[in-house]
Amino acid sequence: MSAGMYKAKAWGVKGANFGILAAFIAFTAFPFYWMLMTMFKETRDLMNPNHNPYLFHMRPTLEHLRVLFFDTLYLQWLWNTAFVGFLVVLITLVTAIPAGYSLARLTGKTGERLGIGIFLTYLVPPTILFIPLSKVISSVGLQDSLYSLVLVYPSFTIPFCTWLLMGFFKVIPKDIEEAAMIDGHSRLGAFWKVVMPMSVAGVLTVVIFTFTLVMQEFVYGLTFITAASRFTVSVGVPTFLVRGDVYFWGSLMGACFIASVPIAILYNLFVDRFIAGFTVGAIK
Amino acid sequence: MINQPQSLADNEKWLGRAMIAPAIVYIAALVGVPFFLALYYSVSDITVGSKEMSFIGLDNFRHLLHNRTFLRALRNTFIFAFVSQALVLVLAKALALSLLRDFRGKWVVRLLILLPWVAPISLGSIGWLWILDSVYSVINWSCRALGIFGPMTWPIWLGQPTLAMASIITVHVWRLLPLATVILLGGLTSIPQDIHDAAAVDGAGFWRHNFQITIPLVLPIMLVAMLFGVVFAFTDMIVIYVLTRGGPYDTTQVLASLAFFTGIDGGDLAAGAAIALFLFPVLAVSAFLLLRLARRTEVT
Repeated sequence: MSAGMYKAKAWGVKGANFGILAAFIAFTAFPFYWMLMTMFKETRDLMNPNHNPYLFHMRPTLEHLRVLFFDTLYLQWLWNTAFVGFLVVLITLVTAIPAGYSLARLTGKTGERLGIGIFLTYLVPPTILFIPLSKVISSVGLQDSLYSLVLVYPSFTIPFCTWLLMGFFKVIPKDIEEAAMIDGHSRLGAFWKVVMPMSVAGVLTVVIFTFTLVMQEFVYGLTFITAASRFTVSVGVPTFLVRGDVYFWGSLMGACFIASVPIAILYNLFVDRFIAGFTVGAIK
Repeated sequence: MINQPQSLADNEKWLGRAMIAPAIVYIAALVGVPFFLALYYSVSDITVGSKEMSFIGLDNFRHLLHNRTFLRALRNTFIFAFVSQALVLVLAKALALSLLRDFRGKWVVRLLILLPWVAPISLGSIGWLWILDSVYSVINWSCRALGIFGPMTWPIWLGQPTLAMASIITVHVWRLLPLATVILLGGLTSIPQDIHDAAAVDGAGFWRHNFQITIPLVLPIMLVAMLFGVVFAFTDMIVIYVLTRGGPYDTTQVLASLAFFTGIDGGDLAAGAAIALFLFPVLAVSAFLLLRLARRTEVT
């Protein structure tokens, strides 16, 4: 084969690759693109079957967003989500950091088995637990309160974050702690003063994941909360804005886009660590 | 200093136990206890309002096995999980291969591909609800404009049983494809280049290379991707809740959504718990396989 043919073949492979990627992106990103288009379109434009839906036939409008922010409970739901997220992150950090360190350094072979056991509880889905939990929540008087979510969400964030942090602590060389202990720190002191400052990246990852898990949770939120003003955003939008016969598609799509894309971008920055926790964690 | 009795801060054994105790207690209280409660509820007659409950043996399960909606939900659960996983694996493999090489702007491409996984699924599903709308579906509009649909063709995606099932499978694939792709990509990048080079020198073609080298080497990690995917698809009720609520006429009901509608909306906690427990065998098998994989990779 001549150099030219090699080149042509390389271009062909590149072109095919590009085509495959473009097709996949069209599939994965289209719903979000469609949300973005819909949220700025006049309702009369959206609801006219003769209009090409890919084009704007009237001037883009901010009316849907105005309705969303001022005439619905959307801001309240965003605030609720942030409130629950903040407290769950706090509880998760306080329990998962020591547990992760303990599994990485202090508990040896038993700890390894315990670690796998903790990871496997992540596989027990809300679907099996939400019915008994609904009874538990109402017996402690937390039904319809955001604190029910604050109480229950750590049950899935702690297992995963413990596992993730264990991985982080394991790669920190033991020598560093031993040196600190020779310098007069206790074991606990060495952990707090030496290991923790080196694990900022791990802690940050845990914060982001915990927050996104809270944001994505749906089943418990739907089960424990009935008052519209106490929904989180992932429950409020599909139940409260969709219920009824009139769909405010513009506002609805705005609600979905605004709540999902920023968190997606943030998550994307950490996704490699997340996958490492998922797979290396699971098979090693 | 040296002769002092060891304080808790230095005693590794007790420190280790003390540090892990809160996590264990939390998980035991909020995963362990409810799990056993679920087992107990499923053999009782508890409802949302009841103060007392009595043991009724396996009656709940016996009733379920004669309930056509339940049997349909059981079948749907398997269809949704396995069809979507089969599609996800094939598509994820193709996508991971084309993401393997480096190119400019790769991070944007990756972000766009990851969107369905990282955005809250309840909100993503609403996007699909609009795309699949009975009157304003953009898919129908486009197909008609391109001449694929004739003037009489206008499918109601979420209103006809077969189409509704296909729509739900599509949304599951959409949602789980990014996760499987990223997991597989991790597996593919960990294959040493030498192996590919050696195969090329030996004259292995595309298919042979794929089926005799790449796939066997990424098989364990592919299995991990599949197990997680099955667990997610198997236990999910969000997509169904948003798109069809199990309709039309319970034809897209799955165990998770049926457990919700029976246990919470209907108030029959005992029957709801019994329905949800049918998910357990699959989860137990998945956990067992994951552990087997873990052990095997430890040995090699």
